[in-house]
Amino acid sequence: MERSEIKPFIAKRVAKELHDGDVVNLGIGLPTMIPDYLDPSIKITLQSENGFIGLAAADPESPDAAYIVNAGGQPAGIEKDGMFFDSATSFSIIRGGHVDATVLGSLQVDEKGNIANWIIPGKMVPGMGGAMDLVVGAKKVIVAMEHTQKGSPKILKECTLPLTAKNQVNMIVTEMGVMDVTPEGIVLKEYNPEFTVEEIQAATEAKLIIADDLKPMV
Amino acid sequence: MAKTKVISAKEAASFVKDGMTVMIGGFMTNGTAESIIKEIAASGAKDLTVICNDAGYQGVGTGRLLANGQIKKLIASHVGLNKECGQKYSAGELDLVLQPQGTLAEQVRAGGAGLGGFLTPTGLGTTVAEGKDIITVDGQQYVLEKPLRADVAIVQGYIADESGNVRYKGSTRNFNPLMASAADTVIVEVEKIVPAGEIGPDYVETPHIYVDYLVLKEEA
Repeated sequence: MERSEIKPFIAKRVAKELHDGDVVNLGIGLPTMIPDYLDPSIKITLQSENGFIGLAAADPESPDAAYIVNAGGQPAGIEKDGMFFDSATSFSIIRGGHVDATVLGSLQVDEKGNIANWIIPGKMVPGMGGAMDLVVGAKKVIVAMEHTQKGSPKILKECTLPLTAKNQVNMIVTEMGVMDVTPEGIVLKEYNPEFTVEEIQAATEAKLIIADDLKPMV
Repeated sequence: MAKTKVISAKEAASFVKDGMTVMIGGFMTNGTAESIIKEIAASGAKDLTVICNDAGYQGVGTGRLLANGQIKKLIASHVGLNKECGQKYSAGELDLVLQPQGTLAEQVRAGGAGLGGFLTPTGLGTTVAEGKDIITVDGQQYVLEKPLRADVAIVQGYIADESGNVRYKGSTRNFNPLMASAADTVIVEVEKIVPAGEIGPDYVETPHIYVDYLVLKEEA
């Protein structure tokens, strides 16, 4: 797979996990590509942690254009049925279990469903923003990321970086496969036929449990 | 009928004195009262503790005060889009407290609502919970987070009536109405001031009883 194909490939697969009517929060980067791959019959509602429901593409023609940004601080728009609220309400929605799914990238994930994606001590101190609340509050947490960091595993036995949250990740989607995080460990349930199961295991520090009904990723 | 005094951005800035704690509304400068921030920068008030979602951008919003060396301590949730913030922190020039965004918002809300704190599952098992009380309720653990208050809150609204009732526009609302409830002196910068009653009681988002002064946005 060409490098440029990796992110769209992951986004396309994650899109299949979202259901009609879901309220979804998408992290910055790769996850923002997911709506482009949704089946046209599926309508989801996007929550933006900075204070609205109904996140849409920026509409430069709108008189309100200058007043709306997304969670990355970039110009954004709002759907007809959308609404704005303050940050405490935004996180009541998030923590209160009113978001069906959140999709975000990560630096590390481990077999207990721990996630580390907010700090590299001594190197990068961006802060957690809304990520800690999102992974704790959303009903389903999907990590969408490249399988390795330039060849070194990101799916580990145990995260080594400071955690964003404990035991919160439900699913991991990478260019190599689709994995569920279960109490027994990480179950590989779909694989990209460009790789063998052995190659996927070799790129993963955690011991993968191979699903009985392992399927190719489509 | 209550009438809220309209002051200049420069007069507003004069309420911010050395060593004070200041809340600054906005999310990546969307909803940050830039006219007042510019005047605080010009005033040179120093050793400030600033409570703001983020560090703005380099030289803009909270980033303007940071670049000017006026901030001693910053309480925020995300500072990654302002390189200078990380540099100052690494150089030991800035005391930085990072809180989850939902926790930060709720701390400000609690500060304005007279609460002694709140229990959140966010941050459990992470460095955020270190040194904080963990309280178990019905078998579920929570982190006890304490309220935040400030000496001065710098808030951006869109429209105010002359009584000081405020409405916001778009996603600029974010932390602004929360901060308007949680400081001893609350100053709201708006684009327009209309006669009392024109917003309409059903549409007021920040009640005038929170608002001490209004500032009309000054063109850059």
